Amino acid sequence: MPSLTLQQLEEKAVEIREDIIRMLEHAGSGHSAGPLGLADIFTALYFDVLKHDPKKPDWDERDILLLSNGHTVPVRYATMAHAGYFERSELMTLRQFGSRLQGHPERDKLPGIEHTSGPLGCGLSQAAGMALAMRMNKQTHRWVYVVMGDGELDEGNIWEAAMLASKYKLSNIIGIIDRNNIQIDGPTESVMPLEDLKDKWEAFGWHVIEVDGNNIEAFIDACAMARAVVAKPVMIIAHTVPGKGVDFMEYDFHWHGAPPNHDQAKEALHDLRTLKGKIRSEHE
Amino acid sequence: MSKSDSNLVTTKWASYKFETEPIRKGFGRGLKKAGEANEHVVAGCADLTDSTQMSLFKEAFPDRFIEIGVAEQNLVTVGSGLAAMGKIPFVSSYAAFSPGRNWEQIRTTICLNDQPVKIVGSHAGVSVGPDGATHQMLEDIALMRVLPNMVVVVPGDSIEAEKATLALAKDSRPAYLRLAREATPIITTESSPFVIGKAYVYREGTDLTIIATGTMTYQAMVAAEKLAGDNISAEVIHVPTIKPLDAVTLLASARKTGKVLTVEEAQIAGGLGGAVAELLSEQAPTKMLRIGMKDRFGESGKPEELLEHFGLTAKHIALQAYALIS
Ligand SMILES: [Mg+2]
Repeated sequence: MPSLTLQQLEEKAVEIREDIIRMLEHAGSGHSAGPLGLADIFTALYFDVLKHDPKKPDWDERDILLLSNGHTVPVRYATMAHAGYFERSELMTLRQFGSRLQGHPERDKLPGIEHTSGPLGCGLSQAAGMALAMRMNKQTHRWVYVVMGDGELDEGNIWEAAMLASKYKLSNIIGIIDRNNIQIDGPTESVMPLEDLKDKWEAFGWHVIEVDGNNIEAFIDACAMARAVVAKPVMIIAHTVPGKGVDFMEYDFHWHGAPPNHDQAKEALHDLRTLKGKIRSEHE
Repeated sequence: MSKSDSNLVTTKWASYKFETEPIRKGFGRGLKKAGEANEHVVAGCADLTDSTQMSLFKEAFPDRFIEIGVAEQNLVTVGSGLAAMGKIPFVSSYAAFSPGRNWEQIRTTICLNDQPVKIVGSHAGVSVGPDGATHQMLEDIALMRVLPNMVVVVPGDSIEAEKATLALAKDSRPAYLRLAREATPIITTESSPFVIGKAYVYREGTDLTIIATGTMTYQAMVAAEKLAGDNISAEVIHVPTIKPLDAVTLLASARKTGKVLTVEEAQIAGGLGGAVAELLSEQAPTKMLRIGMKDRFGESGKPEELLEHFGLTAKHIALQAYALIS
């Protein structure tokens, strides 16, 4: 895949956000805030960070990308389509009967999806199993990236995995927490406080990197730093804005699990094309 | 008499001096052999490596053994990750905890995700004894049987457990292997057949069919011999695979005898009894009784005391058989 300039990556992220809005409006259900907030991270992963080949999704030297909080999968589908895994037109089948794009991702439905996910808290353990297998197979230049939500960290299963990855020094795991501070019932710090989150992961034996998850350049740098860490698993706490790019969705937890209606989608697309009204859109 | 092609150790069930061994020991031997045959066989355990007999594998292949700690949710989800990278993971704990505690993880990351993880639940049934009800897993067959893609295997002795382990290591499906704690009579031989999905007629008869699984097959054979003394001809079918159920063998026998008694050391609701009742009610409605745990928990005691108390002995099986045919 030809490498993109930073400006091209940023434009790609906007296109992916636009597709997320169209998909969700068309589907009539699904999650808005998380996928929009993760668009920069997924753009960076698929267009810069990951070793992968859209034409050979089972390539045995590929990096693995797990999406533990499966409900944010619209961002993965949209990014995969842009990366060439399938036609963008298929995005409009999201959540429909017979679609490969299930409401929550299923491994055996769509090539390139590494695991079936949705029920929270499982991805980090699966990453640990994969990382252990890679080590047994003496594959030293492969990484398992695993994206998790912050609300998901309420699950005990996560912390079981955190201990195991640290015990076995699984430096081939790079965790990415989408730290957007919201979950379904409200702000994470009122539903179930997570702070001090960095201290928690460090206490569990992880190397922690904090980064602005909506800054593509900074996130790519963070991944490069993460790959250089030895003898410890790495957790990137990526601070993101939920609903990023759409003014009326940003920071509003009500948009965690809701799709835009037709008028809201129109307004959202306008926001994305005009940087929330700061510039004129060529579409107008 | 035993059907000749089952190659059981004896035809004289009341008088034969059986050797005994915990079923889980056969699993331990089988796992080590599976590891020798295939370098991709790996094992994980939740702080019960000796109890679940994974220690043989651990000693032979320390780099392929993962100590997970007391974390059963992690146990099976790490297994899912290992399988995703081409490994054949066996993950063990006590059945009360795995699959007792981690059912959703098994459902999503193993069954729906279709990864061939082998979940090994040791210390199942009331014969666990003095540890009491918390540790006497009785609902595991039901929990695992309802999951799409899942194979459920309950061996009848340690020799069969070894064969089942080797067979599961070569099978591409997710599976649950249920093991008992106590020393159990060895009733099969190295030449007795075991194929996943097959039930075996251990004794032919015409008056009723006794369908048993796990530790209860021995008891059923003793009961059948006792019934023969009273001129009651009982057919005994050993069902080491509860899912997929060998419908052909079970239906043929039910149609022949017209009376079916199921026996298991588990809840009859959803267990072997439930599975057989589902099959027969749709395809060959048959008069039926189910022996097993009837919507209650176990308690502390010696294994023999508990089996006697809960009606899981040859004597009770024979009594139920009389009731069924009268
Ligand atoms: Mg969140």
